[in-house]
Amino acid sequence: MVRFEDVTLRYGQGPEILTGLSLHLEPGSFHCLVGPSGAGKSSLLKLLYLGQKPSAGRISLFGRDVSRLSRDGRARLRRQIGVVFQEFRLISHLSVFDNVALPLRLAGERESSLRTKVEELLSWVGLADHLRAAPETLSGGQQQRVAIARALVGRPNLLVADEPTGSVDDRIGQRLMHLFQELHRNGTTIVLATHNLAMVERLGHPVLRLEDGQIAGQPGEEREGLGPLSPGSRGHWPA
Amino acid sequence: MSDTELTQLSRRDLPLAGDASARFLPWLIAFMVFLAALALVGADALRQTAARWNGGLSGQITVQLPPLVREDAPTAASRAEQAAALLRDLPAVRSVETLERAEAAALLEPWLGAAANDAALPLPTLITVRHSGDPAPLAAEMRQRLQNEFPDAEVDDHQAWIGGLLNLTRGLEILALFLLLLVGAAAVVTVVFVTRTGLAVHRPVIELLHLMGARDVQIAGRFQTHALWLGLKGGLLGLAVAALCYGALQWAVSPTTLALLPAFEIGPVLLVLLALLPLLAAGIAWLTARVTVLRTLGRMP
Repeated sequence: MVRFEDVTLRYGQGPEILTGLSLHLEPGSFHCLVGPSGAGKSSLLKLLYLGQKPSAGRISLFGRDVSRLSRDGRARLRRQIGVVFQEFRLISHLSVFDNVALPLRLAGERESSLRTKVEELLSWVGLADHLRAAPETLSGGQQQRVAIARALVGRPNLLVADEPTGSVDDRIGQRLMHLFQELHRNGTTIVLATHNLAMVERLGHPVLRLEDGQIAGQPGEEREGLGPLSPGSRGHWPA
Repeated sequence: MSDTELTQLSRRDLPLAGDASARFLPWLIAFMVFLAALALVGADALRQTAARWNGGLSGQITVQLPPLVREDAPTAASRAEQAAALLRDLPAVRSVETLERAEAAALLEPWLGAAANDAALPLPTLITVRHSGDPAPLAAEMRQRLQNEFPDAEVDDHQAWIGGLLNLTRGLEILALFLLLLVGAAAVVTVVFVTRTGLAVHRPVIELLHLMGARDVQIAGRFQTHALWLGLKGGLLGLAVAALCYGALQWAVSPTTLALLPAFEIGPVLLVLLALLPLLAAGIAWLTARVTVLRTLGRMP
């Protein structure tokens, strides 16, 4: 599903953010990506959702070497990836409904079938009454739910989420995690970056621990509990 | 879902119409199309004038007999006939025709008005010689023939001044076409600037669309359609203003002044070219926006 081989990333002439990273994520797997701020989590996610090209190394997604794909080929691949951005990145001039419908419209889905999917999903995340609302009129938690709905609406094969529960209360957070679990059961591969180690423990999925641009804990090396993964803390990684 | 089924982005997805830079584009395009229309009409007017001068005077030599002191009409006619007789039997001469006094006066009327018809006004006698040979040696031969009887006669083969005028009109024609090219280049630069501004203003949304899997042509499609309409709107406006100016000029200029100017009419070819200007402007805007957006998106991963 996802294979990184000796991947290095640096921005311009700056220092290496990720160094010689190699990992393999099986189809349908669920991984939590943890690590302190500045460890390179967001950069790793960018590589995963093809928002950045690696400086060196090889990335394969869905069995295809990304570097060998045409621009259109990469666009096709991106349509199989759902992304929940940390800063939501909702489009302010579009309503909640249109924000969520956008990936389907880009893929050419008909308005009739699109409407049902979007309304169902927004209802599921508790925003059925806000279909026509402008994103800026919503609370942070509501905006995050819109962002999650937008990432899920295209039924992606790979879901990449950067702190998806950062701005929502526990009840909504648990509901979202339940939704992620359900997607995982349906075969979606999920990579979830978070500082919330309690949630990681609750989920009980393999953990990718990133430190100084390198994987410190590989899939398959996951440990019982979170002790070794969170030196000095059992709650959150220090920001 | 195959790529051919991918839809274009809607106005709602990327609202370019509200951009400040885009609001000025139709006016700039209108100004350019106006200039282009003027350049086209100017170039065609010069071409027509040059063709008329060339066609009207080639194959002709004009002989001018200065009037004698207190010369009456019968004497003038007799002298004209005498000179014509000397020229008629020259080889290469096809016909010799003396211009009536009334016709000569009509030529001066735009400058002198009614005074041109005054019988007291001394007018030279003009003889038009049509020929089928090389004008320079024939003119020399005609001067020789007239030398004894009419030493003051002037023989003009028109080559000296018509050659200069033709060169001037051709130069101006090239200048007008160069102006057209400049206007086209200015339109391209303007659209590039407006498109880049639009890309910068909407960069966060464009990046998001890109990450969601929008193809470059989908994003470019939105910009190029927008530029096409702005270009067409501006083009039609510019052409309308040019037509109004042309109509106003025709209406404002008096017939006497018009008589001084070379006759000009907008023919079907020029009409088609003028009608194509707004489409050309729209096409340039469309293509420029497309290339600009695709090049910018090409720098995204």
